[in-house]
This record gives sequence, C-alpha cells and structure tokens, in this order.
Amino acid sequence: MLELTPKKYKERQALRINPAKTCQPVGAMYAALGIRQCMPHSHGSQGCCSYHRTFLTRHFKEPVIATTSSFTEGASVFGGGSNLKTAVKNIFEIYKPRVIAVHTTCLSETIGDDIPTIIGQLENVPEGKFVIHTNTPSYVGSHITGYSNMVKSMISYFSKNTGQPNGKICVISGFVNPGDMKEIKRILKIMNIDFIMFPDTSGVLDSPMTGNFEMYPKGGTTVEEIQDAGNCSDVLGLGAAAASAGVRQLNKKCKVKEHILELPIGIEATDAFISKLSEISGKDVPEEIETERGQLVDIMIDAHPYYDKKTAAIYGDPDTVLGLAEFCFSLGMQPKYLITGTPDPSFETKGKELFDKFGAKDGFVKHAADLFELHQRLKNDKVDLLIGGTHGKQIARAENIPFLRMGFPILDRYVHPYMPMVGYRGAMRILELMLNVLMDKREADTADEDFELVM
Amino acid sequence: MSKAIQNILDHYPAAVFRNRKEHILEKGGDKKEIAANSRTIPGIITSRGCCYAGCKGVVLGPLQDVAVIVHGPVGCSYYAWGTRRNKAKGRNGRNFVQYCLTTDMQESDIVFGGVKKLTLAIEEAVELFHPAAVMIASTCPVGLIGDDIHAVAAEAEKKYGISVTAYSCEGYKGVSQSGGHHIANNGLISKIIGKGDMKVEDGKFRINILGEYNIGGDGWEIGRILKKIGYEVISVMTGDGAYEELVNAHAANLNVVQCHRSINYIGEMMRVKYGTDWVKVNFIGIDHTVKSLRDMAKYFADEALIQRTEEVIAEEVEDIADDFEQYRKILNGKKAVLYVGGSRAHHYQNLLKSLGVTTVMAGYEFAHRDDYEGREVISTIKEDADSKNIQELKIEKDPEKFKMRLSQEEYDKLSKEIPLNYYAGMIKDMPDGSIVIDDLNHIETEEFIKMLKPDIFFSGIKDKFVAQKAGVLSRQLHSYDYGGPYAGFRGCVNFAKDVAMGITTPTWSYIVAPWKKEPKLTGEFAGGNQ
Repeated sequence: MLELTPKKYKERQALRINPAKTCQPVGAMYAALGIRQCMPHSHGSQGCCSYHRTFLTRHFKEPVIATTSSFTEGASVFGGGSNLKTAVKNIFEIYKPRVIAVHTTCLSETIGDDIPTIIGQLENVPEGKFVIHTNTPSYVGSHITGYSNMVKSMISYFSKNTGQPNGKICVISGFVNPGDMKEIKRILKIMNIDFIMFPDTSGVLDSPMTGNFEMYPKGGTTVEEIQDAGNCSDVLGLGAAAASAGVRQLNKKCKVKEHILELPIGIEATDAFISKLSEISGKDVPEEIETERGQLVDIMIDAHPYYDKKTAAIYGDPDTVLGLAEFCFSLGMQPKYLITGTPDPSFETKGKELFDKFGAKDGFVKHAADLFELHQRLKNDKVDLLIGGTHGKQIARAENIPFLRMGFPILDRYVHPYMPMVGYRGAMRILELMLNVLMDKREADTADEDFELVM
Repeated sequence: MSKAIQNILDHYPAAVFRNRKEHILEKGGDKKEIAANSRTIPGIITSRGCCYAGCKGVVLGPLQDVAVIVHGPVGCSYYAWGTRRNKAKGRNGRNFVQYCLTTDMQESDIVFGGVKKLTLAIEEAVELFHPAAVMIASTCPVGLIGDDIHAVAAEAEKKYGISVTAYSCEGYKGVSQSGGHHIANNGLISKIIGKGDMKVEDGKFRINILGEYNIGGDGWEIGRILKKIGYEVISVMTGDGAYEELVNAHAANLNVVQCHRSINYIGEMMRVKYGTDWVKVNFIGIDHTVKSLRDMAKYFADEALIQRTEEVIAEEVEDIADDFEQYRKILNGKKAVLYVGGSRAHHYQNLLKSLGVTTVMAGYEFAHRDDYEGREVISTIKEDADSKNIQELKIEKDPEKFKMRLSQEEYDKLSKEIPLNYYAGMIKDMPDGSIVIDDLNHIETEEFIKMLKPDIFFSGIKDKFVAQKAGVLSRQLHSYDYGGPYAGFRGCVNFAKDVAMGITTPTWSYIVAPWKKEPKLTGEFAGGNQ
C-alpha cells in the first residue's frame, strides 16, 4: 500500500499529491441543498456537476439532485449566458424548484461569465421563485470556501432587516452532516430558543425510505426564514472557516450582532456554544443539557485508561480538525499532526494556540497541505491514531495505525451522515467510535494469554 | 411513437420535447434511427460526465506504472482518485492507481499561466517516483488560458528520457465522456503503442484486450480463462495495464475489444497501422463468453486451440452450473432496466436473459449511433460542431511493423462467421417492444420506473438512490456496488448472487409501517371500559 511514498520528506513547490481538500463548487452545491425546494445549478461543463453529485451521493448514500449548464466548446468561446438562460427556463418548467442556486466553476470563471447580469436578463422566473448565485472559482480556496460563499450569497439575496425584530437567534451551521444540523437544532429547542438555522440539510440528505422518491424532501430552510434572518438579534456562526463569511454578511447587511464560535465538537467547544446561547438568550441552561454534559464527563473518566496520552494525527476541514484536536487534548490525548488541505493561514495560528494551551511542544500544524506529506511525516514519527475522512485509509493500512473516520468525506461507511459529532451527544459518539478502534487494535495485537474478557 | 414514450415526453417544454423524442425508440417500431452523441440540453439532469472523465478517468487512469498528472484546479483530479474500481496490483513497486497527482492550479496560475507550475510538477514527480512514463491531462481552464501542455511534455521527455505525453481533454470538449476516450486513444496510438521492440510471431496466440478496465477484477477473471486456454496477453487497455506493456501491443496477433465505445478507435487505428485485426467480444454472461472464446479460437484456426477452448468452456460451465441455477430460480420472471455507459447496457442483457430476467428498457450514457445500431451506420453519421472538435487522426501503415494477419480469402470467410472488425450494436439483441433510450435523464428515469415497474434498475450512483427511494432495487453496473468480478463464468455467479441478494433482502418488506397497512384491530365499546 502506497509503496511509492518515500520516507524522506522534501518540500514540493508545484505537485499536489493526495489532496486533503476538493474544489469550491461541491461545497456550494452542498450548502444549496440546505435550502428547501432548491435546485443547485452548476454553471460549467457537465463533468463538474456529475462529479459533485457523485461525490456527495457517495458520502450521504442519498440522491443528490442538481443541474448543469452543460457547456460545450462553443459556450466556452462565446460565453455561457445562453446556456444559463436555457437551463433556468427548463429547470423551472420541468423540475419546478422554488429556488435555483447557481454556482460557477473554473470554466465559467475563467471565461468571465457575469452571472448577476445574466440573472438580470432572465425573463422566465416565475412569480415567487428565485435565482440566486455565488462565485466559486475552483482555483481559489476549497470546498469549504464554496460552502461559505454560497451561504453568504443566500444572505445577500434574501435576508432583510425590516425593522421588526423577530426575537430569534440566527445560527449558521458549519460544514457538517445532516445529523449534526439536527443535533444543533435539538440543542436549541431544549434551550427553548427561537431560532433560524441555515443551511439545513437535515430532512434533505437523510430523508426516510417511503417508497416514493421526492425531488425536494421536506427538510431545508425556507426562503422566508432566510429572509427573516435579517430580523434576528444575534447570529452565531459555527466554525470560522465555513461560517464567518455568512455571519459577517448578515451583520453588514442587516446589523445582526455577530458571534463566530468554534464548531461545537467535544466538551470545551460545546461548553462555549451552550454558554453563548445562554448569554444571548438570557436563559438558564436546562437540566437536560447538564445531564448530557455530565454523562459525557462520566464516560470520559470511565474510559480514560484506553485513550490517555495516545498520539494522533488529524486531517480534514479546518473547523472540524481544530474541533477534534481540542477534544483530543481535553481527553488527555496528544494530537501531534493537524493538517488541512484548505488554504487558511488562521488554521495554523489556531492550531499553534491549541498546542500552546495544552502544553504540547512538538505539534505540527499546516494548512494547504496534503495527505502525501502527512504520510511521509508519519513514516518518520508514527502516531497511535489517525482521524479524518476516507482518503486516509490507505495511510492507516500502510502504517498499521488505528483509523477513526470522522469529517468529510466518508465514502466507505454507512450511517455516519445521520449521526452527530457536535454537542455532548456528538462527543459521546466520537468517543465511542474512537474507543472501538483503539481497543480493537489493542486486542488485535494481544497474545491469547493476555486477551481480556473485561476491559 | 408508443404511448409510454409519448407520456414521458409530455413532461417537456417544446424544445426539449423535440430533442428528446429523437433519443428514444421502441424496438420493432417504425423509428429505427436513434439520436446519440449530441449535446445534452442545459438544465436537464443528465448523468453524463465530461471529456476529462473519459480521457483521464476511464482510459489513462488505470495504467499502474504511469504518473498521470492532472493539470488544473484540484477538484478534477480529486474526484477521479480511487473512485472507479479499476483495480491494479502494481508491478515493480509501482502502483499509481492509489495516488492523485495534480498541479492544483491557483488563481495566479490562471492569470499568469500554468506552464511553469506544470513543468516543475513533472520534475517533482519524476524525482519522487521514477515513473515508467508521465501523462498530463488538462482540465477546463487550461484550454482557455492556452497553456501549451504538449510543448511542456516534449521538453520534459527530452530532459528525463522517459515518455511524457499530453492529453488536451478539457471538460468542455465534445458532449460527454466519449470525446475524452477518443483523445486518449489518439495519444496512445501515436505516442506509445508500437514503441517497443517485440516482433509479431506467427503461430503465437498473442492478444491485446482492449476496453477492459478491470472493474472489480473483471480483467483478472478474463485473463485467468484466457491463460488457461493458452493465450498470451501482451497488454490490457487499460485495466491493470502498464505503459511497459502497451509499447509492445503491436506485437499481438489479435485485438479483442470488450468496450467498443471507449477503445474502438485504437482497434481501427491498429488495423491500419499494424494490420492487427480486432474481434468484438463480450465476456459478460455464459453464452456470450462461450461465443467470444470460440470466435477467438476460430480466428487463429488452430485445431489444438479450438479443442482446448472447448475443454475449458466445458469445465468452467460445469463448475458454475449448480450455483447459477440456484439464483436463476430466484430471478426468473423479473424485469430489468439498464442504463450504463457505452457497452454494459448491452453486455448484461444476455446474462440477464439466461437468468430469466427480461430487459424492458436499455440505454447508453455516452454512446454513438454505432453502439446502438451497429458499425454499418458509421458512414451515415453526420458530423456536427461538437464531434468535429475531436481530432480524427490520419493513420498510415507503419513501414516496419505492419503485417497482414490473414489472406483476403481467409478474411472474407471469417468475416461471415465472427464479428471481425465489427460491432453489431445493442438494438439487434433486444426484444421487440423494449425501449431504447440515449442519455436517460432524471425525469425519464423517474417516470419510466413508474410506468415499466422494473424489479431491478441497473445504473450508476447518481440515480441509484432515486430508484431505491421509489422502492425499486438498484444495482450499480459501473462499480458493481463493490462486488464482482462479474465477467467470465464465475462472474456470472457473482452477479446472479448479488442481484438475488438485492431482490430477496427482507428490508423491502419494512418500507410501509405496519400501522399503515393494517386496519386498527382493536377498539373500545361505546361507553368506555367497564
């Protein structure tokens, strides 16, 4: 496995090998699926849309519906305006969405298609329906940037401050699974807080089997809710990389008070999230939440012999990696490598702060890095646990490191999109899965005479 | 037009209606010609991919000793990384199939050009990996900004002394993956095939397997049977294939073509350049595998080979008979719809038929008319703006390596008996009344499923869950849902077992909750409890 990867590390200037990120448009497509009755539209070659739908489907094991401008060579020379106009007409007539959310691709960006102008020229947008867009050049940022850009555009197009406060808090979810979004909503409900959350892919990418296919399942945030977000008192962004552009836009456009939090993964970040909710709403934290927290701490204490001082390498999206790293530190583990493919210098700053906070001396943190580099480093300094999306499985196999699948994408397992990693319940789940791989490994490496019934 | 087709088309606005009606026909009806390999209308939810997917994803990607560097922003390379199940064992410690190499172009590369970065990326790849060859595949923006990847390749080839070839397979070229197959074929025939020193030798049973991508290990299973009979496989294009084998492909005595669509260009070009005939084979299904093996033996006209072929067939068929029958009993009488790339929608029909499953509809994602109607229609296919953009190479005889394999007399005789340099297409094998559809899109999938009520929908990942949400089993025929191999004799059993599993899984019975299907059995008497 990965036999071509040499142990000796050498800095590369040009060649990206085994990336830990993908391109903007797929993030924009995912965000758009979090609007109710929305058709994500990819303005570019068919291949982009096909790859993105395939990729998301493989993670969620759910239908991912999206359309494309189906560029040909002609469109690439003369511009994609007419393709987009034809597409919008056909989409409204055939698939009848409420919203078409257009994102660009490296092709239409390089040509320089002026999407707002094209949208302005559309003649066939039915009453009460909308075409919105965001620019997602694939050669800038990553899928996280694309997600963030689409969220920002939702606000730019829809949110309004009508001067009548709605008494609600707005939550901008990070780049997380439907199971996480559902968990965030559950917490808000237990806290008895009125809220508007978007994007919300729960109910869309975790829809039940009913024997009927629904092109637009019941989930997603409605246009009216996103409009009304401008009347919220406060907006909380969960995860700086994925949510801060949206938070800032809502503040700028509608004067909603902004708060950018960490993605609430693990005990500390969830504590911060709950405290902030309590502070903003003026409501006490209910017993139900305190019980969940207490249960988490109870499990942490019970199981600590199996994870204490274990070293870990964590890769993936910035907010997720930082959240998982903090949780590992709070467990008494020793994360040593934090890697994201997304170009985001603040990831390194925050990673270093984490290392400092927990007194870790030899931590390595790098943004715009790739899994090939991570593997080379692990060949020289092995860790006890590898945490990240599916693409790390080869490294785990090559180096015989226990592997915890967490984050995005997970292409080779089931159920994960339904389950949370956020909140105290999410932390319990992370812990359960982590203990399973660590303890399975310990058992696999144990001689018969040392093989314990009770652990 | 049949009522079923009319009903589906009624969902469309006029312009879409006019376009789509040309892509659908009923076998045995008045309409004989099907529109194919033409643009998908913008806004239609198509399953099609792009030129790059066909070139890098399909044809070049499986080569295990080649460093394929994707020149473009990160996504295209990332999506084609380990996602197609083109298995490869790797030889001499080289297995690039596990790797994803890209220039990950950034904004400055788009603005100032990406040549410098590409040049450096090749240097880094050569230093790190010492590949047998380097291939460069470009994505959309590269064509627009005008990076001359061919010049970069030529320069690198000189500098490193290994083969470095470039493929301008920008996603917007052509109308589907198909253009990319052609571009890859052109590059392989002009720059790689024939570079080796191996000579053609009479009396050897040397073959190349073309258009076999070793999905789920299909190629290995086919190879096992062929070796058992006594064939020597010079190269496979391209499943578990290698640059180091491709260079000697000209030394084969015969090419066998599994996936016609993706590789027929090389088949034809090798015929002109080296005199190598090709025969269309289909190693999916018992009958077609048997026929393909017999056709190959007939080509070589060697008594011992013919006899050995029959022995192997008898042995292999006997081996699987009981298992196959067990699953046939489960599947007999079922109905299937197939929608796959450019050959499987045809190849699996015979296997399904042997299992008692009727194909009620079949279609291709990126085929041309000849894949539906047979190669005899090629001369009547009109070129359009899109197809003209894919270069048609002018191939000439290789003065040193060209060798006629058959006399004219032998050739004429054999052409009547086996599909020699010929593919008959899918439609001829389909039952009357079945529907043939090109570039099947979302709404058609949904509506045809409701109308035809198939028991199984064979397709890909993008529509798999659409069908299953509607309560119909869907099996992926691109990836085999991570099962397989499905080729050869043993593959038939694997396939039958997987489909039977899907049909019989108890879960289907739980879709409707009990309280929704049964009347309430208990009630209270008026007046309440005593």
